[in-house]
Amino acid sequence: MALVLNEDQSFIQATAAEFCASKAPVSAFRALRDNPGPAGYDEDTWRAMVELGWSGITLPEAVGGTDFGWQAMGTILEQTGRYLAASPLLSSVVLGASALSLSENRALAEVVLPQVVDGTVRLALALEESPHHQPYGAALTATASGDAVQLKGEKRFVMDGGSAEQIIVVARESGAPGDRDGLGLYLVPREAGISAVAEKLADCRAYARLTIDATVPASQRLGGAELLDAVLDRGRAALAAEMLGAAQAAFDQTIAYLKERKQFGQVIGSFQALKHRAADLFGEIELARSTVLDALSALDEGRDDAALAVSLAKAKMGEVLHAVSCEALQMHGGIGMTDEFDIGFYMKRARVQEALLGNQAFHRSRYAALAGY
Amino acid sequence: MKLAFTAEENAFRDEVRAFFATALTPELAHAGRHRTSVYSSKEHALAWQKILYDQGWLVPSWPEQYGGCNWSLTQRYIFACERARAKPPALSPMGLSMLGPALLGCGTEAQKTHYLPRILRGQDYWCQGYSEPQAGSDLATLQCSAVRDGDHYVLNGTKIWTTHAQYATHMFCLVRTGTFDRPQKGITFLLLPMDAEGITITPIRFVSGAATQAQVFFDNVRVDASQRVGEENDGWTVAKYLLEFERGGGASAPGLLEAAEDLRTLAAELPDAERSALETRLAGLLTRIEALEIAELQALAETERRGSPGPGASMLKLLGTELSQALTELQVEALGTYGLVHQPGALAFESNEAPIGPAAGLTTVPFYLNNRAATIYAGSSEVQRNIISKAVLGL
Ligand SMILES: Cc1cc2nc3c(=O)[nH]c(=O)nc-3n(C[C@H](O)[C@H](O)[C@H](O)COP(=O)(O)OP(=O)(O)OC[C@H]3O[C@@H](n4cnc5c(N)ncnc54)[C@H](O)[C@@H]3O)c2cc1C
Repeated sequence: MALVLNEDQSFIQATAAEFCASKAPVSAFRALRDNPGPAGYDEDTWRAMVELGWSGITLPEAVGGTDFGWQAMGTILEQTGRYLAASPLLSSVVLGASALSLSENRALAEVVLPQVVDGTVRLALALEESPHHQPYGAALTATASGDAVQLKGEKRFVMDGGSAEQIIVVARESGAPGDRDGLGLYLVPREAGISAVAEKLADCRAYARLTIDATVPASQRLGGAELLDAVLDRGRAALAAEMLGAAQAAFDQTIAYLKERKQFGQVIGSFQALKHRAADLFGEIELARSTVLDALSALDEGRDDAALAVSLAKAKMGEVLHAVSCEALQMHGGIGMTDEFDIGFYMKRARVQEALLGNQAFHRSRYAALAGY
Repeated sequence: MKLAFTAEENAFRDEVRAFFATALTPELAHAGRHRTSVYSSKEHALAWQKILYDQGWLVPSWPEQYGGCNWSLTQRYIFACERARAKPPALSPMGLSMLGPALLGCGTEAQKTHYLPRILRGQDYWCQGYSEPQAGSDLATLQCSAVRDGDHYVLNGTKIWTTHAQYATHMFCLVRTGTFDRPQKGITFLLLPMDAEGITITPIRFVSGAATQAQVFFDNVRVDASQRVGEENDGWTVAKYLLEFERGGGASAPGLLEAAEDLRTLAAELPDAERSALETRLAGLLTRIEALEIAELQALAETERRGSPGPGASMLKLLGTELSQALTELQVEALGTYGLVHQPGALAFESNEAPIGPAAGLTTVPFYLNNRAATIYAGSSEVQRNIISKAVLGL
C-alpha cells in the first residue's frame, strides 16, 4: 500500500495546485455559477487541462495517455475539488474513459480513447433512473434485432450529459430493474437519438435528463455489470479525492477565520469550544485522507479488496466532508451564510458529492456486505 | 406526548382545525407549504395575520385587554399542534413575538397604546436592529451611536443581518448612548421609522440565493426621544427581556413532529440500504422531539407562572434549533437527488415551470440552507451553551 506520493505524483499535484489557483480559482466558479454558458464549464480552461495531459493521466501510452495511474488522478481532483474548478474530468476522463479502457471491446476503445485524450470527444455515463444511487436499477431497455440494438428509456441527473458528444448508456438487456445480471453498457453518439434537458442541482454543476431512443450497432456494446462495477469504483474513488480537496479548503478557510475574527476582545479561535472541534476535524480529515489514498492505490495495484477500500473511502469521506462543511459555516457565524463568502459553495457542493455514486448509507451497507457481515 | 383531552378541549380542537381548513386561501396554503425559511414573505405574512386578527386568535398569549385569548395552556398547545398540521404562512415575529411582549413588559402607556394595535393590525412592520459587523455574539460591544440633541437622538453607524429591513416600516434597535465600566451599560433601546432621513438599506444575498437580510446605515438620523423604551443607558435590560421571548416562548416540537411524520413516508420509499439507516436515525430524533415537546409544555407553564420564559429559554432554543437542523439533514437525504434540486422558478404560486422532482423537493435545499442560520441567530448554539453553563449552572 503506497501512502505517500512518489516524485511524479508530487509534481503533478504541484502543477495542478498552481494551475487551479491561477486559471480556475473559486472566483471563476462563481462567475460560471452566474453565467454558466452551454457546457457549465469554461472551454478554454478545459483545453488547457487537456494540454497539461490531464485527460490521459490514467490511460495507457498506446492511446496517447501517460499511465500515471489513479493516485496521480487523485492529486489533480483534490485540487479541482479545492478550487471548485469546473471541468468534465469526472464525467469524461474518470467515468467515461474507464468504461472504454476497462472494456473488452478493444476495437472501440482504440478508436475513441485517443479522441478523449486529445479532447475532441467528451464522454458521460448515463446510469441513474431514480433520485437514489442504484447501480443495477436500469429499466431502460436494450432490444437486439440482428446486428443492431435499440435503446429506449430515460436517464436522470447525468453529469455533463448535455454537452458530451458520446454517452455511455447503462441498459437492461434481460431481467428486472435491480438485477445485477442482464445489464449492458453501450457507447451511444448523441446524434443517434439522445435529447437532453438540464436538471439544475444545488452545486451548480451541469446535469441533464436524457431521453434516449437510439439504435446502435451491437459492436457499440462495452460490457456488463462487471465493467459497470469497476467503472463506478473508479468514479467513487476519484470523487472522494475531489471531496478531500473540498473538505481541506473549507477547513483551511475556517481555521484562517478563527485566527482573524474577534469577539469578546479575543480571536474566536481562542475559545475552547471551537478549538477542540477544530482539532477533532483535523483528525477526521487526516483519517479520510488515508482512506482516499488507500482506495486510489488499491485501484493502481489491482488489489482484490479494491471495492472494499473504495466504499470505505467514499463513506468516510462523505461523513467527514459533511461535518466539515457544517462546522465551517457554523464557525463563521452570520458571514458564513452570505453568498458573497465562498464557504457556502462548499456546503452546497458537499451535499451533492455525498449523494453522487452512493451516499454514506449506501457505502456503509456495501462495505458491510463486501466484508461478509 | 398524547395528552388526554376533555370533551370541551376536543371541541376546541375541531373548531381550530375547521378554521384552518377554511381560512387558508389556496395562495396562502401554497405559501405556507413552500416556505423556504422561518420567514414567509411580508405579503403572505400580513395576509395571514389579518385573517387571524379578524378571528381574534393572533396573539393568544397576550393579556386579554391587548388582544390575548385567555386560553388555557392546553388550548394553546392544541392551537400550536393544529397550526403545525395546517402549515399556514409564518407570521413575522419581530412585532408580534418580540417587540410586542417587550413593550408590554417595559413600554410606556403611550407606547403601548400607540404601537400595540398597529402591530396587531399589521400597520407597522418591524425589524430588529441589534447586530453590527463587529458586535455579533458579543452584542454588548455595539457601537452604533446615538447622541442626545434636545428632544432627539442623532444616530450614526450601521446594523447588519437585519431580517426584512428592506420591507420594514419600523426598526427597534440598540444604540450606544454612553461608555461605562461595563459594555452592557450605556446601551439604549430605540424605536424608529425606516423612512427617516439618513437611512440607507443594502440587502444581503445568502447562500440559498434569497436576500432576506440587509445591512442598514445611519447617517445623522434623528429619532424623537419619546421613542426610547426603558431608561437611557439601560436598554440592555429591555433587550435581555425581549431575547427571552425571541429564544423561548414558542413551541417548536409540534412542527418538528409534523416534519418527522412527512419523513417517515419518504423513508418508506427508499432503497433498502438507505432505508434502514435513515429509519434508525429518524427514530432516534423522534425520541428527542417527543422529549422536547414535554419540556416545552413545562416551560409554557413556567412562563405563565413567572411572566417571561427565563434562562431556560436558552436550553429550548438550543434543542429546538439543533433538532430542526437534524431533521432537515434527513429530508435532504431521504429525497436523494430530488432533495438537491435548485429550481427557484418553480416555487411561486401557480408557476408554470414543471418541478424536476416532487414538489416537496423544491423547498428542501433552500430550507436546509436557510435553516443553518437557526444555530447562529438569536444567539448561536455556542453562546446558548455559555449562557446555560453560566446562568443556570454557575460555572
Ligand atoms: C439568517 C439570520 C438572520 C438574522 N437576523 C437578525 C436580525 O433580524 N437582527 C439582528 O440584529 N441580527 C440578526 N442576525 C444576526 C445574528 O444575531 C448574529 O449573526 C449572531 O449574533 C452571531 O454573530 P456573528 O454573525 O457576528 O458571529 P460571531 O459572533 O463572529 O461568531 C462566529 C463564531 O464564533 C462563535 N463564538 C463567538 N463567541 C464565542 C464564545 N464566547 N465561545 C464559543 N464560541 C463563540 C459563534 O458561535 C460562531 O460560531 C441574523 C443572523 C442570521 C444568520
